[in-house]
Amino acid sequence: MSTMLEVENVSKSFGGVRANRSISLKVEKGRIVGLIGPNGSGKTTLFSSIVGTHPIDKGTIRFQEQEISHLRVAEIARLGLIRTFQQTRIYGRMTCIENMLISTSQRGGSLVNLFQVHNPEREKQAEDLLAFVGLHAKRKLQAGSLSFGQQKLLEFAMALMNEPKMLMLDEPTAGINPTLINGVIDRLKQANKEFAVTLFVIEHNMNVIMNMAEHIYCLAHGELLAEGPPEQVRNDRRVIDAYLGAH
Amino acid sequence: MRAPYAKFAGYLAILLVGLAAPLLFSAYQSQMAELWLFIVFALTWDLVGGQMGYNSFGNVVFLGIGMYACAAVQVGLFYEVSTYNNARGGGATVFTFDLGQYLEGLAIGLPVGAVLAAIAAAILGGLVLGMRGHYFAICTLGLGIAAGQIANGWEWIGAGSGMVPPTPPAALGDLSRFYYFLAMALAIATFLVLRWLYTTRFRLAINAIRDNEDKAESMGLKTTRIKVMAWVIAAFFLGIAGGLLGNLKRFIDPIDTAFAGATFGVWMVLMAILGGKGTLWGPVIGAAVFQVVKETTWTYLLGWQRVALGLLIVVIVVFFPQGIMGYFRERFPARFGHRVEEAARPDRAEETTG
Repeated sequence: MSTMLEVENVSKSFGGVRANRSISLKVEKGRIVGLIGPNGSGKTTLFSSIVGTHPIDKGTIRFQEQEISHLRVAEIARLGLIRTFQQTRIYGRMTCIENMLISTSQRGGSLVNLFQVHNPEREKQAEDLLAFVGLHAKRKLQAGSLSFGQQKLLEFAMALMNEPKMLMLDEPTAGINPTLINGVIDRLKQANKEFAVTLFVIEHNMNVIMNMAEHIYCLAHGELLAEGPPEQVRNDRRVIDAYLGAH
Repeated sequence: MRAPYAKFAGYLAILLVGLAAPLLFSAYQSQMAELWLFIVFALTWDLVGGQMGYNSFGNVVFLGIGMYACAAVQVGLFYEVSTYNNARGGGATVFTFDLGQYLEGLAIGLPVGAVLAAIAAAILGGLVLGMRGHYFAICTLGLGIAAGQIANGWEWIGAGSGMVPPTPPAALGDLSRFYYFLAMALAIATFLVLRWLYTTRFRLAINAIRDNEDKAESMGLKTTRIKVMAWVIAAFFLGIAGGLLGNLKRFIDPIDTAFAGATFGVWMVLMAILGGKGTLWGPVIGAAVFQVVKETTWTYLLGWQRVALGLLIVVIVVFFPQGIMGYFRERFPARFGHRVEEAARPDRAEETTG
């Protein structure tokens, strides 16, 4: 199995706050990998570092063997590495279907593509994916009028519309109605299997992540604390201490 | 299928009224010509300010560039521009233009103005479109003022005493009528180009930038390039409008006509907001209402016209923050296509989660 993402010795400080300290981790192609840790442990910072939102202080980040730590956000997205946000980001005053249509992959797309009018194939794909997350009936509503949970689902569908090779999800189930959470997990697993998308997921809900991930990394105080299969991480003394505040 | 016919009839009616208006109300020709140009102002402002969410107070830069460039080409093809401007109507040479020269100057001057305005937008856009929100608005305000001051000090184009576009030959006939039809053609062309543009993915891209630029970037859109392109398109049409306006007014003052941030620059924004930002018809309706109110108050409330205009601004902001079109869209969202449509196929989420 080849490596999709390889992070090596990445450090990032904001002034005096050392948000990430020489973190190294690997995500294998086709896997679902989890990232856990208490609040403020540096998970989202690591995500932002990987997708190029801010430059890193030290270390290397390779995506499919290509060094990406010097690339810009849009360039990294065009390689097929897409993230979603903890505070959902959608285009509020556009309809759901429009949100989907502008989310198609920009890989190799030039500016000329922007002047295309209709593309039935793309429209069908957008509708299928909206049905996939259960928003088909609302496709012509403004995205901003959806509930928070629905917006989260829409953002997930938008990410899939981009046909990413790897998808980094920041708390995909936070704020979602518990009955719907199982649906989300199913869909994430399905996306992983059917569309062959590698997933790297930040999650606070232990049941969700234990249920989904094949390998888990745990951060605490900006450092990598533990890693391994879910069962092993769950029972790791250091992890339990970190969550209960014994640190 | 009544809708397409109704639409076609509507367009036809506007076209006929537009063609007949100068013949029926020939006393108001220049005001009506100005109205067509205002429609171009509002439409091009809305492309960047409404559809893309980048409020610009500096679009007069492109208007002024088009105005000066067109006049300079019109003169420069046949005379030395600096001697022409230095004569100030009292020199030894008499500068005359026959019909052929006048039309040739216009035919070359208008596109040159458009292209120069577009180039200016590409260069300035690269510099200032990295800024967002209020910072961009303030920065463009500065650009407009700076451009006015540069023109005010540039001898070649007449500096502070302004520049007079070529005197039209008698053979041209009624000047206001001539420019009325050119302005109308430009407004229709601008409208049609934007109408087409708003059916493409380009509109989705600039709307996405308006709604959440960080998200658009993280989905792989090259936002800076798209923003610059939108401004370039706006500047191109505004450059032509500038060329026409200078010739219609027959005098170019650097600060009051060309780079008139306090009048045209603000009016563009007002017209778009009044009609409804981010809609195709909003700016057109806004421009029409604005010009009618402006001209009526100029006529019947002389001395108080600025007060009336100020009150209009207050009324717009307080009662119609979304503009006329925006008000209707909010009241009747279904008419604008925002509705729940029960699917022909069931949503899969409902199947699995109940």
